[in-house]
Amino acid sequence: METLLQVNDLTMNFGGLRAIDHVSLEVRSGEIVALIGPNGAGKTTFFNCITGLYRPSAGEIRVFPPGQKEIRIDGFKPNRVTAIGMARTFQNIRLFSAMTVIENVMIGRHCRTSTNILGAILRGPRTRRQELETIDKSYALLEKVGLTRYANELARNLPYGAQRRLEIARALATDPFLLLLDEPAAGMNPRETKELDDLIVQIRDRDGLAILLIEHDMKLVMNISDRIVVMEYGKRIAEGTPDAIRNDPKVIEAYLGDETDA
Amino acid sequence: MLPGHRSIKTALRTALWFMFLTLPFMVVRVNTLKGEVEWRWQNMLWVGLAVFLLAIVWDIALSNRHKRSDRKPSASQTLSRLSQRVFHDKTVYLPIIAGVFCLALLFPWLFNTYQVNIMVLALMFVVLGLGLNITVGLAGLLDLGYIAFFAVGAYTYALLNTKFGVGFWFSLPIGGIVGATFGILLGFPILRLRGDYLAIVTLGFGSIAKIVFENWEEVFNGAKGIAGIGRPGLFNIEMSLEATTTYIYYLMVALVMFAAFMTNRLKESRIGRAWLALREDEIACVTMGIDMARTKLSAYAFGAFWAGLVGVIFAARNTYINPNSFTFMESALVLSVVVLGGMGSIVGVMIAAMVLILLPEYLRAVAEYRMLVFGAVMVLMMIFRPQGLVSNVHRYYRKHSETDAAQKG
Amino acid sequence: MEYFLQLFSSGLTRGSIYALIALGYTMVYGIIQLINFAHGEIYMIGAFVALIVSGVLTIYGFSGASILVFAAVVAVIYAAAYGYTLERIAYRPLRGAPRLSPLISAIGMSIFLQNYVLLAQTPDFLPFPALIPEFEFIEPLAHIIGSAELVILTVSTISMIALTALIKYSRIGKAMRATQQDMHMARLVGIDVDRVISVTFVIGSVLAAIGGVLVGSYIGQINFYIGFMAGIKAFTAAVLGGIGNIPGAVLGGLVLGLSEAFAAGYISSAYEDVFAFGVLVLILILRPAGLLGRAVKQKV
Repeated sequence: METLLQVNDLTMNFGGLRAIDHVSLEVRSGEIVALIGPNGAGKTTFFNCITGLYRPSAGEIRVFPPGQKEIRIDGFKPNRVTAIGMARTFQNIRLFSAMTVIENVMIGRHCRTSTNILGAILRGPRTRRQELETIDKSYALLEKVGLTRYANELARNLPYGAQRRLEIARALATDPFLLLLDEPAAGMNPRETKELDDLIVQIRDRDGLAILLIEHDMKLVMNISDRIVVMEYGKRIAEGTPDAIRNDPKVIEAYLGDETDA
Repeated sequence: MLPGHRSIKTALRTALWFMFLTLPFMVVRVNTLKGEVEWRWQNMLWVGLAVFLLAIVWDIALSNRHKRSDRKPSASQTLSRLSQRVFHDKTVYLPIIAGVFCLALLFPWLFNTYQVNIMVLALMFVVLGLGLNITVGLAGLLDLGYIAFFAVGAYTYALLNTKFGVGFWFSLPIGGIVGATFGILLGFPILRLRGDYLAIVTLGFGSIAKIVFENWEEVFNGAKGIAGIGRPGLFNIEMSLEATTTYIYYLMVALVMFAAFMTNRLKESRIGRAWLALREDEIACVTMGIDMARTKLSAYAFGAFWAGLVGVIFAARNTYINPNSFTFMESALVLSVVVLGGMGSIVGVMIAAMVLILLPEYLRAVAEYRMLVFGAVMVLMMIFRPQGLVSNVHRYYRKHSETDAAQKG
Repeated sequence: MEYFLQLFSSGLTRGSIYALIALGYTMVYGIIQLINFAHGEIYMIGAFVALIVSGVLTIYGFSGASILVFAAVVAVIYAAAYGYTLERIAYRPLRGAPRLSPLISAIGMSIFLQNYVLLAQTPDFLPFPALIPEFEFIEPLAHIIGSAELVILTVSTISMIALTALIKYSRIGKAMRATQQDMHMARLVGIDVDRVISVTFVIGSVLAAIGGVLVGSYIGQINFYIGFMAGIKAFTAAVLGGIGNIPGAVLGGLVLGLSEAFAAGYISSAYEDVFAFGVLVLILILRPAGLLGRAVKQKV
């Protein structure tokens, strides 16, 4: 398995506060890696650093897009990171709420299409072909997450669980090789979580994407992850297979102690 | 729905409160220069009555607004649905467009020069509205100095024409391009600013532009302005004033159609979607791979392009310009066109510009109160109908295979 | 040297007026993150009410400094009432609306109030009755500072001290600080957030009205449009100091007033207003958190 993402000694300071303290992490192709830890451990900040929303204070982030040379992306703007092939979702859903469901997914295609102002006005054959392709791809993705019948509804009118799935479809539309999911199961009921579980595995197995996810739902994490990284107070305290993590005394003390129902 | 006992009591209290509030302004009129005081107690009565009625209406409207989430179709929903149908059904909208187009073509033959001239002004504001609609309505960048780009276009033509003898038709695209260039130049430093700061800074830019036009005597001739600007020509044919007016009128009709067509094409394209996404959520927008700087600048540039273009026509129509035509009030006027029409809605902006420009021209009683009304319109629209008169219609996207099937079937 | 000191005292005077108005912007922004665009209009309304009251009284034969005090009190009451009503009508129904909505509503309110005064009163400049008594100064001072300037500096200093005390020690002050920190949490612990917001508008309006009365009697004439420029400059001051930051607003006002006075005195007064805008644009671009503000990372 080749490495796709390699983070070395990532550190992020906010003023005097160190939110992430020399965290290293690796994601290899075809893997589902879970990033867990108590609230405030710095998981979302970690995501924000690798997706370019924050500029890390120290450390390096390297990506190895399949079939391309490695790129060091720390300090890149978010849109460049996405163009390279890493897409994410947000903990507190950030859809374009006044746009339709299909339009939300089509936005994801933006960085894979190239129509400029002039092209959009003239609407020549190339533009039209691109536009049709965008529509078709978007519909295919909506089908995958089961939202086809909502395609032309406004995104804000979707039920909560559907909004989460729409975020995933939108991220997938950018053709990533690595998908970053920030608490995708938050606020979902058990049935929806089960569906999500299937969806994530399907994305890995059928589309061959690697997935890095932050999640609090331990059942989901233990079910689907190949590897788990545990963070606490900005530091990485453990890494291993679900079984190893489940039995790691440090993890149990820090985090799992009072939260597992298993 | 009849107002309840409680809402009448509230309305009474509100009326009394406003009688108190307006007492010094509506009742007393003092002229400290001449040492005269005028007491207008009758005004207090009018204020009381008007506020009482308004308060009742306000109360009902607000409670309706809260109930809107219920499934019952309200008046506004019916309106939205109606507009949805109008815009999606070819058999409905094609005849309407054809009718409006015919009326627009016949207009100069049906009305006198004075009225054609006013219509030209209204059409200018349609195009300005369409331009600002891109920046504010689609991309969500509140620009309070928009009229500066209009001024840039007007001064570009004025200078080119009076100093270098450049003709109208050659200047027209130049005006647009200069406008767009200024849009990009001013857009650059403020890329990082958030909505409200952006509003203030653009307001600042607008005011700076006016002060520069006013004070830079050598180039812009200061407050005196520039006179003797050439009217648009047509193959060197001498035209009477009426003929020129008609000519400019048709030019504006064409420009409106052109602007509407281009805006519509952009709106339903990759670029337009990126603008909308930017308006909705900047952070999600950049993480979806959209280059924020480019998207913002293109919205600015395209919006400013139209203002520059119309500026050229404005200078050519008036043959005289001075800095007083480009105040914050003009920017506010264009903004209220966009707000009233509906952010992002092309048809809405067209209707709103017509209403806001023509109404004060034809109803002299309204003219005096026009700015008062514009202010009130902005507040009321935001509270009761933030989507504007005609809400932005989202294109209905069908699956490719479905479209094929529909075309075959 | 004397010229320098003259400029200094006029800059200080100007600056303290900016500071008084800037406080209203900053307090409102601190609590509901809204640029109260119509705040300059409240200042204008304060000045106008004072003009009307003192004008009527002077015409009916009263005179003296007591008129000024009376007019100022009425002006403050009215400005407070307008500020309160403004918030109820134009902002409260828009809580939770998209960010652009209250801003547009605020601009609409500003235009409305300007034209309301224009139509109900007059579009012309009206002379403000000269009511500030002339003090005798000892010689070197007399060239540097006028009595109006002294009054302005004293009154604004007292107002700012009073505001600081109010925010620091009173119950409502504590509630305001809590709401500023976290509106949601404040509501949970039983603070009536709507009331806090109303009070904030009222306090801001009171300060603006004091500024309006002072400026009216200092400059000597006012019209319906004075709020626009003053509002923008005061906003600049608030941003300069770091919006949401109360000492920052005072500092920003003084810095802006002084630099404007010196720029006008030593360079040129034609571009005086450009200068303020220039400062605003530069600050927002280079250091949007202001002089005293801390950079806050947007929560993702």
